[in-house]
Amino acid sequence: MRTLTDDEVEIGTVLPDLAIDLSPTLIVSTALATMDFTSVHHDVEGARAQGSKDIFLNILTTMGLVERYVTDWAGPEAILRGINVRLGAPAYAGDKLTFTGAVVAREDDGFVVEVRGRVSLGDHASGTVRLVLPRR
Amino acid sequence: MTGAEGGTNAAAVTEDDAFHERLTALAERQIEAGEIRGMAATDPVNLPMIRHWTDAIGDANPLYTDPEAAADGVHGEIVAPPAMIQVWTMPGVNRGGKQVSTPVDDVLRTLDENGYTGVVATNCEQTYHRYLRLGERTVPATRFTGLSGPKRTALGEGYFVTWDVTWYSGDEPVARMLFRVLKFRPREREEDPPKAAPYPLRPAVNRDTEFFWEGVAKGELRIQKCADCGELRHPPGPVCPSCRSAGRTHVVATGEGEVYSYVVHHHPPVPGRETPFVVAVVELPEGVRLVGNVLECEPSEVGIGMPVRVTYRQMDDELILPMWVPREA
Repeated sequence: MRTLTDDEVEIGTVLPDLAIDLSPTLIVSTALATMDFTSVHHDVEGARAQGSKDIFLNILTTMGLVERYVTDWAGPEAILRGINVRLGAPAYAGDKLTFTGAVVAREDDGFVVEVRGRVSLGDHASGTVRLVLPRR
Repeated sequence: MTGAEGGTNAAAVTEDDAFHERLTALAERQIEAGEIRGMAATDPVNLPMIRHWTDAIGDANPLYTDPEAAADGVHGEIVAPPAMIQVWTMPGVNRGGKQVSTPVDDVLRTLDENGYTGVVATNCEQTYHRYLRLGERTVPATRFTGLSGPKRTALGEGYFVTWDVTWYSGDEPVARMLFRVLKFRPREREEDPPKAAPYPLRPAVNRDTEFFWEGVAKGELRIQKCADCGELRHPPGPVCPSCRSAGRTHVVATGEGEVYSYVVHHHPPVPGRETPFVVAVVELPEGVRLVGNVLECEPSEVGIGMPVRVTYRQMDDELILPMWVPREA
């Protein structure tokens, strides 16, 4: 796994899409791995009792998936400085979460990548990731 | 709007204003309280928790889990994925009672107690000052930073509540998170009333009978009257059986009567009805007989000659049917 270098990226560079099937296993295993035991993330009845149609992805996982989306593209040596996400439609079990992104700005010593994670109901997450790439 | 309704609304507005002032004052106190340190992470940053996390998230970055790759990498050792920052200090399943309360808790509770029970996260912004290494143990510190509202949203009226968590390793801040939620009052039912299922048995309304159903809608039991000879007749029809006149009008019955005859229906099932039910022929003092159900008593209590009076039942959003209930003799 190679990491992109600073000179290989420019404003407008488009990231490859990443589609993730939101199986109940993914929803539950990520909820547990992020130590989030709120019932809406693992208990279908509990989720329905609170007005949701099914269990859905927790926010800590959304942050983790946004991070993964960007470092899958940039490579392991990319240093993330921050993730700024606006949360929207819930990502329910059985749906598909598709990430798209593009480099939108240069900032200090790094880049700003704009990311959108869409589900069938609309934007689940949209925002920016700030990262620094190694110099050649 | 009537004066009375105006008065009620004015009272509600005053009540809301009082709550808004109380909430705003609480928010200001919480902002002044500044940063409140919470409990240190139960476990230091460790490889098993990182492995669970990368496995579940599907993150294959070897610098998080492979000691050799990490040693050769940009960090020189294994580091935790930065987006894991909040995971280390999550409360767990049954450790909730041990948590230190944060300046946010009182604000969220006050909103809950005043009907703003809905919650939906709207923003999560994380800043990573540096990556965490194995063995570091973080301590979160929470600061209440903002309250705005009330605002009308698609979910209902609500307040945006914002707070900030800084994670420390020793005295060094390593990461920061801004978190914003919308606490909202779920839309009240009145705004979107549930439609009752339509009652399946509908009367035939035509030019001969519509005066009767118009009466029912107004709470009147109307009996057809011949415009020429004055004889009352029911059920309604186009021609007087007595004088053959087509002229017609109606009177309003007193609504009292006696059971002339009846049956108790047990079977077969009837759509929209629960068996058993009583179908009675009720004789009115005006001299005509009407068919209708007898309610509010056991079928076994119904008998011939039983005094009844008319009542009106809303069957669904549109249909009202006249029925009968026992009357004290």
